[in-house]
Amino acid sequence: MKNDVVAPTRLTDMEHLDLRRISIVDGDLHLGALATMAEVAAHPEIIREWPVISQALLLSASPQVRNMGTMGGNLLQRTRCGYFRDVGFNCNKRLPGSGCPALLGDNRDLAIFGGSPQCIATHPSDLPVALMALDALLVLVALDGGTRRVPLAQFYRLPGTAPDIETVLQPGEMISKVVVPSGPHARNSVYVKVRDRTSFAFALVASAVCLAVTDGVIRDVRIVLGGVGPMPWRLPEVEASLRGRRVDPEVVATAAAKAGDGATATRFNKFKIELARRTVLRALQTVAS
Amino acid sequence: MIVGQSTDRLDGRLKVTGRARYAAEVKPPNMVHAVLVQSTVAAGNVAGIDATAAQTMPGVLRIITSANAEKLNLTGAKVLQSMLQNNDIFYNGQHVAIVVAVTLQQAQAAASRVRVRYTPTHAATMMDAALNQATLPTNFRDGKVEPDTRTGNPQAAMATAPVRIEQTYTTPIEHHNPMEAHATIASWDRDRLTVWTATQGISGAQESLASLFGLAKANVVVICPFVGGGFGCKGQTWPPTALAAMAARSVNRPVKLEVTRQQMFTSNGYRPRTVQSLKLAANQDGKLLAVQHDSLTQTSRPEVGEFAEPSGLAARMLYACPNIATSHRVVGINQGLPTFMRGPGEASGMFALESAMDELAVQLRMDPLALRLANYASEDATSGKPYASKGLRECYAKGAAAFGWQKRDAAPGSMRDGRVLIGLGMATATYPTVRMAASAQVRMMPDGTVLVRSGTQDIGTGTYTIMAQIAADELGLPLGRVRVELGDSRLPPAPISGGSMTTASVLPAVHAAAIQLRHRLLTLALAQAPAAWGTPAVKDLRLQDGLIVGPGGQVSAGDVVARQNVPFIDATVDIAPNAASKDFSCHAFGAQFAEVRIDPDLRTVKISRWVGAYDCGRVINPQTARSQLIGGIVFGIGMALMEETRVDAATGRTINANISEYLVPVNADIPVIETIFVEAPDLVTTELGVKGIGELPMVGVAAAIANAIYHATGTRVRDLPIRLDNLLA
Amino acid sequence: MPQVTLTVNGKTSSVEVEARTLLVELLRDKLGLTGTHVGCDTSQCGACVVHIDGNSVKACTMLAVQADGTKVTTIEGIAAADGTLHPMQEMFREHHALQCGFCTPGMVMSAIDLVAKSPQGLSQDEIRHGLEGNLCRCTGYHNIVKAIDASQSLMHAKAAE
Repeated sequence: MKNDVVAPTRLTDMEHLDLRRISIVDGDLHLGALATMAEVAAHPEIIREWPVISQALLLSASPQVRNMGTMGGNLLQRTRCGYFRDVGFNCNKRLPGSGCPALLGDNRDLAIFGGSPQCIATHPSDLPVALMALDALLVLVALDGGTRRVPLAQFYRLPGTAPDIETVLQPGEMISKVVVPSGPHARNSVYVKVRDRTSFAFALVASAVCLAVTDGVIRDVRIVLGGVGPMPWRLPEVEASLRGRRVDPEVVATAAAKAGDGATATRFNKFKIELARRTVLRALQTVAS
Repeated sequence: MIVGQSTDRLDGRLKVTGRARYAAEVKPPNMVHAVLVQSTVAAGNVAGIDATAAQTMPGVLRIITSANAEKLNLTGAKVLQSMLQNNDIFYNGQHVAIVVAVTLQQAQAAASRVRVRYTPTHAATMMDAALNQATLPTNFRDGKVEPDTRTGNPQAAMATAPVRIEQTYTTPIEHHNPMEAHATIASWDRDRLTVWTATQGISGAQESLASLFGLAKANVVVICPFVGGGFGCKGQTWPPTALAAMAARSVNRPVKLEVTRQQMFTSNGYRPRTVQSLKLAANQDGKLLAVQHDSLTQTSRPEVGEFAEPSGLAARMLYACPNIATSHRVVGINQGLPTFMRGPGEASGMFALESAMDELAVQLRMDPLALRLANYASEDATSGKPYASKGLRECYAKGAAAFGWQKRDAAPGSMRDGRVLIGLGMATATYPTVRMAASAQVRMMPDGTVLVRSGTQDIGTGTYTIMAQIAADELGLPLGRVRVELGDSRLPPAPISGGSMTTASVLPAVHAAAIQLRHRLLTLALAQAPAAWGTPAVKDLRLQDGLIVGPGGQVSAGDVVARQNVPFIDATVDIAPNAASKDFSCHAFGAQFAEVRIDPDLRTVKISRWVGAYDCGRVINPQTARSQLIGGIVFGIGMALMEETRVDAATGRTINANISEYLVPVNADIPVIETIFVEAPDLVTTELGVKGIGELPMVGVAAAIANAIYHATGTRVRDLPIRLDNLLA
Repeated sequence: MPQVTLTVNGKTSSVEVEARTLLVELLRDKLGLTGTHVGCDTSQCGACVVHIDGNSVKACTMLAVQADGTKVTTIEGIAAADGTLHPMQEMFREHHALQCGFCTPGMVMSAIDLVAKSPQGLSQDEIRHGLEGNLCRCTGYHNIVKAIDASQSLMHAKAAE
């Protein structure tokens, strides 16, 4: 709003809705959409059972923003693409059909996965990267009170030819809750974030990895990249190449080397492909050790 | 002696309680708000402005465009555009309209509804695409310094030298980004203009505004008791100050104009991009045979003004070498006017020179510090003048010892902590000592307190405190009984707070005024003295703890004033720089030592240790001086690793005009920093022996880091900032 | 125009504001509490940090109407009534943890929240990370860390009283 990107005539304050609860129901973590980033990050059971969530949040923004920022808000954070945030530029996401100057412009921060000729903006948040690795579900509530459950993996839309439509949320619909399954993979999870300064910066590349190992064999693994696409970018091929294999430095390294497969770089963000491989490797090494 | 001691800051309590009032924080009655509208094209002109929707919005008082703007006198102005005097557009972000409304929110809302139509023309937005159009600066350093110099015959020496380095180094556009954005409150009383404005130079602002509006200087009052950081961008008087005054006159009410953070990227200058060619030639022992430093600076179109970053000045004087050539050229493109930014010239130029020296050391298989010592200069190699003072050798020695430089293994990648790569790098720092004419007044009040007054500024450096220290010593008072007034153009004039010259300029004036006042008080005390004192001379009296003590007795200094039946007794001094300083090369020096730790896989760079030893002349207050040293080093860390204003080539518009994507160092980027004072007083420039401090500590920082990164990784990066992109290969 | 009622530094005020007014604008322009500074207006610099019901937040990130019914503490409200500085203020003053002073109020408010929520004590490294939301450009980071470190024992002792 301050950047004039949107100019709503009416704002609704949802703060007083009863959506702030953090609870554990049948082993699943339920995060109310209005639970703050600070509360969730500091929650002892989350730190123990879903460490990747707490880590991702603590590496986000600053304490003051985490005191105010909510689960729902963070999932819906708009891109940091400089072309989107400045109304002095054309932008297909902001003004459909006006063009995407980022494609040939300064695109160092932008997407290497999932972009389209219309838009290569990245999703800036850390939380959804972690949640994607945990197969989280979102509970959406419509104006008539009806609810539906949407897996986070199906919540965001790729830009395609309509980059202005970022999620499957319908008019009048809102996120009320995030549901996160538990398990040994969730307990052994990590968030690695690489950025241009030590703290308080958006990710160049981030990776959330969950790993479950029994008797030295990988039973379950989820690998998601952040900072590289319009939504958290899961790497199923890399996961497949690890599942059922023994935890072994060479196996891990070979798998991580595939993390950049399928990426499409623009002029200034080629480094992200190599950085993605190394970030995934670091994350895998961390949970495998 | 209070001078030389770490005292409390006079402004400390005000600043920790939020009671220090900055420019935007006064509230004259009836004040309204102005918001700037800026261009979204980089070249062409404004074809029309549709303000009808905005005009009718609630609270809107006036919309000023070139069609109805007051005509200003631009003769002598440094910035010739962006003041609504015509429809020409020379850069993206040029001011094209002002919206004035009763509340800030109303002005903001209306500004977003002003529709500007342009007739765009071709814009040259990027310096690197226009390097072949470089020209000689027309007014380099205001004509006081030659843009080009040559001693000996560098080309010939280069041709036959056994060892040569020839490289190009670049530094990006950087923005000062002080925490306080630029702000002005302007208020007219008939033909008298009062502005509260965030400025490093109230005298300059007074002069500029008087000239622009055709007023007598005495009819312009500029007030600025506190500045929320400047670093150069509040040095000259930029268009928003004048536009605030214009707006205030047009609505006949006081107007507040706060430049937004985004607008700070197009309203107050920036450090221009430089492309520098550096050639060094040496013999096998490392003795320099030739130095050639050719600098290209980005500047604006000449219609806007001209600024040339003086990157080559250090190469002229730092090392002993018989053949030195330097040159400066500017490349005028469709960007706003650049300006001075902390360490102007030296910060960018010494990145190139000190990186090249490191490359030469590598090629010679010589220790980088030993190479500097082998070329240690005992006089300025270009001017031939002796240095006024130079403690650089001691800086090298003390810095190296504190850092543990001798433990460095020269082979790149040879030092590790576990798998983490460690790199050690060093560089030299230097910055000229400059002094300008300044005046000050010192008053003794009947209650025995002293008031020191000068129209200088305290941009956070501690000017309030050191002015009080000088006066307290001379008048024999504890610091708590000295007050200081500055930041008001009705005070005795003083120069801009920039170029590290405030201490060397203002303190001699305060000192001289205090001496005069002292003499005046002692003379009066003698005249008032009872018979019991006998007939002592002034020289027989001293001032101590507020008392005038003579052989026959003592009297309080305040009582001397009271007995005269006057509100105060004062002395005012206007003092010019010493003529003798022209015969000397006057500089501050330093040695920077950096340790970096680099993630072997992710290639993130962390500065893990810093030692800097600085000859900044005599130190008046070690604590405020140390704060500046540390601040400069941190500023240099930003320059080395993250700061860059990124411009979209197609439109010439900045894509990271905010402090989320324009990265400056955060606390966690900063290591433990050790600073060492090497005090080699410069008694030529001032009798106090001071040199400047503000710029010096950031000079050489970027090179020391680049050199340390090379040492850690074997990768030489010659383009700032150095990010992991450069190191992943 | 909406009416906002909030308690600022212990004093309850009812103010009429335009709905789009930010909390920081209310504090500075309507209540004259100019110690809360605006450095960026976009939640980045931290110069506007205040406490809302005991948590540090950026007052430029919040509409004034959202603060309705809350307790707000600003830099003007942390010293004792007799003028005795809060230990954090005193340590900032004593350690020269300020230069231009513009970031100082926000820095002090963030630091108080950080230390108050860390009764177990903070290492210097934790302090540096904990201050990530407050930029200083002069830059006094080094002395700021020293000041906060020194304030820890004073603040915890005071809390225990």
